[in-house]
Amino acid sequence: MTPVAETEAGASAPASPAFSPSLRKRQQRRATWRRRRTVLLFMSPWILGFSIFFGYPIVYTAYLSFTRYNLITSPEWVGLRNFRYLFTQDPFFRPALKNTLWIMTIMVPLQVMFAFGIALILARARRGIGIFRTIFYLPALAPPVAATLAFVYIFNPGSGPVNLILGKLGISGPLWFNDPRWAKPALTLLAIWGVGNLMIIFLASILDVPRQLQESAEIDGAGPFQRLIYVTLPSISPVILFAVVISVIAGLQYFTQAYVASTIASGNATQAGDQPIYNLGYPQNSTLFLPVLLFSQGLRSFQMGYGAAIALLILLASFAATLIIVGGSRRWVHYQGGGR
Amino acid sequence: MTDNAITGSVPSVPLEQSKPPGGLRRRRLLIGIANHSLLIAAAIIFLLPFAFMLMTALMSQAQTLSPNLFPHPIRFQNFADIFHTAPLVRWMLNTLEYSFFGTLGLLISSIPIAYALAHLRWRGRNIVLLVVLVAMMLPPQVSVVSVYVFWYKVHQVTGITTINSLLPLIIPNWLGDAFSIFLLRQFFMTIPQEYLDAARVDGCGELRILTSVVIRLAKPAIAAVTLFSVLYTFNDFFLPLLYTDQAHWPLSIGLANFRTLHQVQWNLTMAATLLVMMPVIILFFMAQKAFVEGVTLTGVKG
Repeated sequence: MTPVAETEAGASAPASPAFSPSLRKRQQRRATWRRRRTVLLFMSPWILGFSIFFGYPIVYTAYLSFTRYNLITSPEWVGLRNFRYLFTQDPFFRPALKNTLWIMTIMVPLQVMFAFGIALILARARRGIGIFRTIFYLPALAPPVAATLAFVYIFNPGSGPVNLILGKLGISGPLWFNDPRWAKPALTLLAIWGVGNLMIIFLASILDVPRQLQESAEIDGAGPFQRLIYVTLPSISPVILFAVVISVIAGLQYFTQAYVASTIASGNATQAGDQPIYNLGYPQNSTLFLPVLLFSQGLRSFQMGYGAAIALLILLASFAATLIIVGGSRRWVHYQGGGR
Repeated sequence: MTDNAITGSVPSVPLEQSKPPGGLRRRRLLIGIANHSLLIAAAIIFLLPFAFMLMTALMSQAQTLSPNLFPHPIRFQNFADIFHTAPLVRWMLNTLEYSFFGTLGLLISSIPIAYALAHLRWRGRNIVLLVVLVAMMLPPQVSVVSVYVFWYKVHQVTGITTINSLLPLIIPNWLGDAFSIFLLRQFFMTIPQEYLDAARVDGCGELRILTSVVIRLAKPAIAAVTLFSVLYTFNDFFLPLLYTDQAHWPLSIGLANFRTLHQVQWNLTMAATLLVMMPVIILFFMAQKAFVEGVTLTGVKG
């Protein structure tokens, strides 16, 4: 790889001959023009993509949220009616909001703590670190639909292995995905199982903490717990912040697992295309999250204006969450000046 | 398994040139053993779901309803049966089409964009970089309503089938993907400017530099981006759910409907689930290094 570039560099023998000033200026101008053209050429897909799939949609979503629009007749301005209906009348909004908050406050912290815990014991392991890392990362690779299906089966109250084993231990297991109180905890177990990406990020950053710091703390008499609190955590706090932010944003987008779990556990077919919302959120709206609401109430039922209002709410929520987390992080995140 | 791993770690300690006093050494050893047992226990729990899936996939239908955990006559036939009960091959071809053309477009568009953001100097570059970062962080649901309307209108105006096809999934990839642009840009930044300048002095145009110097040096990053894109398209559920009709269902949608569409047999469902997991896991073992590098490249250096 490298030699190629070097031979090309080596071949650059001839120095540029002298030109008259005007000629040089013209050449310079031509070079600038050529450079601009190159930039434009390279960036043109992005410009197009940005306009069609990012910039314009956000503006258009904001506009649509004040309209009633079913794709067939043109959008009709209704002012704040979509938002009023969403906040005061939609029977699905409150559970969706509550469940999304549940993700933010329970599922995400558990995920982060778990990923960190595994990374921590993994970083301490003297041998087998490669094998263990692979084992803990594997579930993160499982396609979300497949992983969710597997969990709905494993936790199914009739013949699922988990309740079979619990039964053999004399515990009668809960109904998991069929019980409104246990559906979200079951989804949380699924989320924790698939936490491999965070784990790898944590592991890499823990292994990056300078050894001398750990050792000098140990010589000063700090136990493992104290070293964790005073050395490891402060050193990797920027990474923790990053992990929390991406997990919260992912939590706001939580859709696939909820959709698959509710449709499979409820036992009803949802052939893409012909299904409103009857079994989404099953059981009893306990797995109804904001993106699911957007999908069912907006897109699936062709209420584009209403869907746009929900989309806008998700956007504001992700802004707010990011601001709160990053704003609150000043107190506990330490940035090192010299760290690579 | 437990015994092996623990005794395996014991002899390593005396071999070390140990400076610390005996007490500390013994404590370290004990902590090491506790640590390893914890790891092994956690690893077993993490592997259990795979084991349950495999065991169920090898059961007969009657056995899935019995309280036995282990398949008694092992039934490999399930893996053949799933191909008869569902159009798995059709779904696989759809997934392959989405994955291949999506990833191809993503590479062709994102590499030059990342290069322009990393090594060309132009006004507005930092603003564009910022927009790319924001685009990466924003929930895709935010634009989905408008984009759906867009594809609907494209269909109305041109008559091309957009909704109920794979086009709305593939086309956006050809116009650059924020995450890939960012990852590639981070890697391109590590390529020394001198290499590029040398090529420029030789009279290479930027396109030549990109194709002959940058792409060769950035192979690991390109491999990571390719991997992530293949994975993403393979796993994608939301967009196919929104846009594809039954003839264009990829594996992810097909699998979600597998159980309810054809039968309610858990053994066949688990066989199909394992089959869908297999390609990803095989891919991982073939390209483990690129995976881990990619995750840490975007994670830590981001």
